[in-house]
Amino acid sequence: MAHTAEDVLAGLAEIVAEETGLPADSVTSEKSFTDDLDIDSLSMMTIVTHAEDKFGVTIPDDEVKNLTTVGDAVNFITGAQA
Amino acid sequence: MSPRLKQSTGPQFSRILGIGAERGANVVTNDDIAGPIDSSDEWIRQRTGIITRRRADPGTDVVDLSVAAALKAISAAGIGAAEIDAVIVSTVTYFHQTPSAAALVADRIGATPAAAFDISAACAGYSYGIGQADALVRSGTARHVLVVGAEKMSDFIDPTDRSISFLLGDGAGAAVVGPSDTPGIGPTIWGSDGSKAQTIRQTHAWSDLKENPELGWPTLRQEGQPVFKWASFQMPKIAQEALDAAGVTADDIQVFLPHQANMRIIDQFVKQLKLPDTVVVGRDIADTGNTSAASIPLAAERLLREGQASSGDVALQIGFGAGLVYAAQVVVLP
Repeated sequence: MAHTAEDVLAGLAEIVAEETGLPADSVTSEKSFTDDLDIDSLSMMTIVTHAEDKFGVTIPDDEVKNLTTVGDAVNFITGAQA
Repeated sequence: MSPRLKQSTGPQFSRILGIGAERGANVVTNDDIAGPIDSSDEWIRQRTGIITRRRADPGTDVVDLSVAAALKAISAAGIGAAEIDAVIVSTVTYFHQTPSAAALVADRIGATPAAAFDISAACAGYSYGIGQADALVRSGTARHVLVVGAEKMSDFIDPTDRSISFLLGDGAGAAVVGPSDTPGIGPTIWGSDGSKAQTIRQTHAWSDLKENPELGWPTLRQEGQPVFKWASFQMPKIAQEALDAAGVTADDIQVFLPHQANMRIIDQFVKQLKLPDTVVVGRDIADTGNTSAASIPLAAERLLREGQASSGDVALQIGFGAGLVYAAQVVVLP
């Protein structure tokens, strides 16, 4: 069953919180992974891998650089489920 | 009627009898190399866990490093060099197509006429070599096999490269594998994926220099993110297979010896494998850097020398790198 955008955001926030130690409710759609959440490229790959497992999607390596904000990732994951 | 051939048979079990190590003579700090890559000590530590790396003198090559490590391993094994009847050197930084580094090492340590050959399995080379040595001993093809992982990565780097050069160090680690009354080397789980060959690669072939000398000396590059993802999330599954094949669990081992690629990858291994706190983890990369084929035996030698690991401890080791290639096995430390 496809996850809603709200589900994906909540799930992604949990993954980011686990990786960074930030509170999950600080991980909102408009936040930039690098500029706001201070996530480096290796942590980003960890988050991507956990998101792939959690939501049953594939996020190609070439696509990761396009995921600037949390909302970008939510949109990609919800689109990839369709 | 055709004659019936004899085939060799060997002892039921093998084990590592001794380990030796040689690190590059010079300590190179992050500040020493940060300038050309517009980086800093803090950035390198945070990204890699590396504080210093060891690099050899200009006149030292992988054969020199190999000989030094090999003599220590043979001494630790308590045998004479003449009892070595096969020498395997794994390296990607011996800059002769032929003859092999192994033949020169065999001669310099006094093991002639031991069989001698090099293997090219990059950062998995030591684990590939241990797997081969185990098979050679148990088949009766060789009684004592010297396995050396040796690299002079500092001859294969570009100081302005931000992808991999700053990680790399020089050194050699050696192990003597021989017959055993008890199981000492679990099944080797190994493999390759050449479809990802471009993720860790040489900038251009040596033969390209014939046509275009202006290309200059080839050096190493990697695509950090895909390699990190593969190493951190695919390789723990291989490590788990090696545990399963040896009939042990993460709770049964005392030591974990991953290839010293990056401290962040090592941390992911520990998480993915759910290693208990009681397992001592090789983290030699902090002071030695990533020494490719040498990194696992260097990490092992350090833990044994510093008393963090003991003879008889059960260790899971896994190498992985350019190819892509990987190999893992569970071993009993000498």
